[in-house]
Amino acid sequence: MQKIKRRDFLKGAAGSVALLSVGVQSQSAEASTAAERGSEHVGILYDSTLCVGCNACMSACKEANDMPPDPTGGSITLDNADDLSENTLNVIKMFVDGNGETKDSAVDGYAFIKRQCLHCVDPGCASACPVSALYKDEHTGIVKYNKNACIGCRYCQVACPYLIPKFEWNDWYPQIVKCQLCDHLIEKGGVSACCSACPTGAALFGKVDDLLKESARRLTMEPGVEYAFPVSSIDAGTVQTHKASEYVPHVYGEHELGGTQVMYMSGVPFDKFGLPDVPKHSYAAIANGIQGTLYKSMVLPAIVFSGLAYFINKHKKMEEAEHDTTNSNEDGGKS
Amino acid sequence: MSEAKPLGGRIFTPTVFVCLLFIGVAGFVLVKRFIYGLGPVSNMSDGYPWGIWIAYDVVVGSAFACGGYVMALMVYVLNKGQYHPLVRPALLASAFGYTLAGVSVFFDIGRYAHAYNLYLPWQMNVHSVMFEVAMCIGTYIFVLWLEFTPAFLERWKQKGLNKLLNKVIFLLIALGVLLPTMHQSSLGSMMILAGYKLDPLWQTPLLPLLFLGTALFMGFAMVIFEGTISSRVYNLGDETSMFAKVSRILYWVIAVWMIVRLHNVFVNGHLGDAFSGSFLGNMFLLENLFLVVGMTIIGSSKFRSSARMLFIAAVLILCAGALYRFNVYLIAFKPGAGFSYFPSWGEQMVTYALIATEIAAYTFFVKYFPVFEVHEPVESNS
Repeated sequence: MQKIKRRDFLKGAAGSVALLSVGVQSQSAEASTAAERGSEHVGILYDSTLCVGCNACMSACKEANDMPPDPTGGSITLDNADDLSENTLNVIKMFVDGNGETKDSAVDGYAFIKRQCLHCVDPGCASACPVSALYKDEHTGIVKYNKNACIGCRYCQVACPYLIPKFEWNDWYPQIVKCQLCDHLIEKGGVSACCSACPTGAALFGKVDDLLKESARRLTMEPGVEYAFPVSSIDAGTVQTHKASEYVPHVYGEHELGGTQVMYMSGVPFDKFGLPDVPKHSYAAIANGIQGTLYKSMVLPAIVFSGLAYFINKHKKMEEAEHDTTNSNEDGGKS
Repeated sequence: MSEAKPLGGRIFTPTVFVCLLFIGVAGFVLVKRFIYGLGPVSNMSDGYPWGIWIAYDVVVGSAFACGGYVMALMVYVLNKGQYHPLVRPALLASAFGYTLAGVSVFFDIGRYAHAYNLYLPWQMNVHSVMFEVAMCIGTYIFVLWLEFTPAFLERWKQKGLNKLLNKVIFLLIALGVLLPTMHQSSLGSMMILAGYKLDPLWQTPLLPLLFLGTALFMGFAMVIFEGTISSRVYNLGDETSMFAKVSRILYWVIAVWMIVRLHNVFVNGHLGDAFSGSFLGNMFLLENLFLVVGMTIIGSSKFRSSARMLFIAAVLILCAGALYRFNVYLIAFKPGAGFSYFPSWGEQMVTYALIATEIAAYTFFVKYFPVFEVHEPVESNS
């Protein structure tokens, strides 16, 4: 009777451990090749320094997407959402420090932030979704939701680094709820409702490439000097004149986890708004790298399966042969 | 083909009645869940979208159900025929463990009636770890019951069918080794996407390897745990020397696992966090303490020959694996933004009821179907 010696088994086990670690490390190193921005991708540049906190974008969003008011603040007729929820796809939140007197100051100041889906270049939610219910539109790059595919597993919520997808916890047959950038308006040549409602151009719609150029222009502005700022949509042609503020020299979303299509500029550091400080490579790329190595065209599993089937068949036959000879006197032909 | 025999005896024991009580209470919770949604019965939230129905029922529960996997690996792949008597009881426990994990998923997912989308080629997301896990576990439940089918056929005296099945069963056993290797590692890969939300003591690209390791050592420990209880409850005779041999393999699996785990934490520069005295640091230490004590017991030839000490070691090792997996899915998962989670009593009831179902169904099966081989001293089997 053949036996695999324990020593050999351990050697094999240790070898596969080493192999897997090497594979994993080389994969995460090349993970940066995962996804890229497309030239037709659209998004929003939100400039916190231009936002006056009027919440016009919030009611416009509710109307455009047919969402009920969120009575978190106590009123059922007036929308008073204090955060994103199953009823709220877009919310303006405020950061306050000390006496809260100076706008866009991290000390004794206040600043606004517009929270919504950032429409990642390499979205964790879409990578997580087993049934492609969350998926990236190839043309616009918008991360869309298809309720007819969704099974409600909520892995998207685990995977989203910005806590965006919300779940209808109090519904007997719930859906995932998140901003889809008003794709129904964009299809008809319009822009996201929040941007068309924004009176100051704080929320600016456009192609991501153009928005990135605009953000670069703003970072070169001299604080206190007047400049023209586009309003509603970057190619609409309407502009307003504002005094430039002092920006944090960073566009949030330019590189975060592979980049996003909704991007932020601000006068206060982004962590003040609770936005996570994340690496440039997306977690999705790391996970895809590992899964891709192990399951590419199912070649590896097929090889392992064949090997297993071969040895199991061999060992089973050996065992039965042995069994038959030793037991032939007692049980005769039994099995 | 097997010397296993039904044990016979009373089906409705007091244990079974207690189990049915839990199942009844959980039934009420589930009725409420299916009428009013998940919110009213659970403490899950948009920050903690997964509670114990995933973390325990699926992630920990399926590892507890890895006995069938490791015994098939030992007996058929590594050709350790002497452990053959342990295969069928382990398979049965695995079949129940996995089946109930599958059932639990249907309580948990919001849009259960849309689950067929997993099987529509144009909806499948082959890059999704969840897709792979769902496919693998779904298929594995089926495979486990097919692997167990000889017990049904022996009971119902279907010799012809049994012979036919015996010809192809090596393919099923191969699947029964391949599929858990895939999805148990993928249960680890799954949390890579959680990114910074998972504490750096646990977040690593080696999650799949570490999860596969916990599945192996929890599988071995479960074989000892269940075997010890069964041999006491059903007077199966002394199997200690067989468990002692299993425990020597278990010792090396844990040793390799701990080296990989500690090396990984050290290389990532987080070993300091472990000793910082923080809650999560202590959780990390607790995992490893369970393992070290468990290893020390099974590493000693004196303790190894004691059924009691082996049992204690198995419990410690099961605790270590379960705690590791709970840490990854819930305790060290920190979404921030003021979210917190502790399972509601309703969630707990459903989980207890699933465990109760496993126990009740297992006791029925071993009495009615040929699962155990009753023997005097060990090694008497050919």
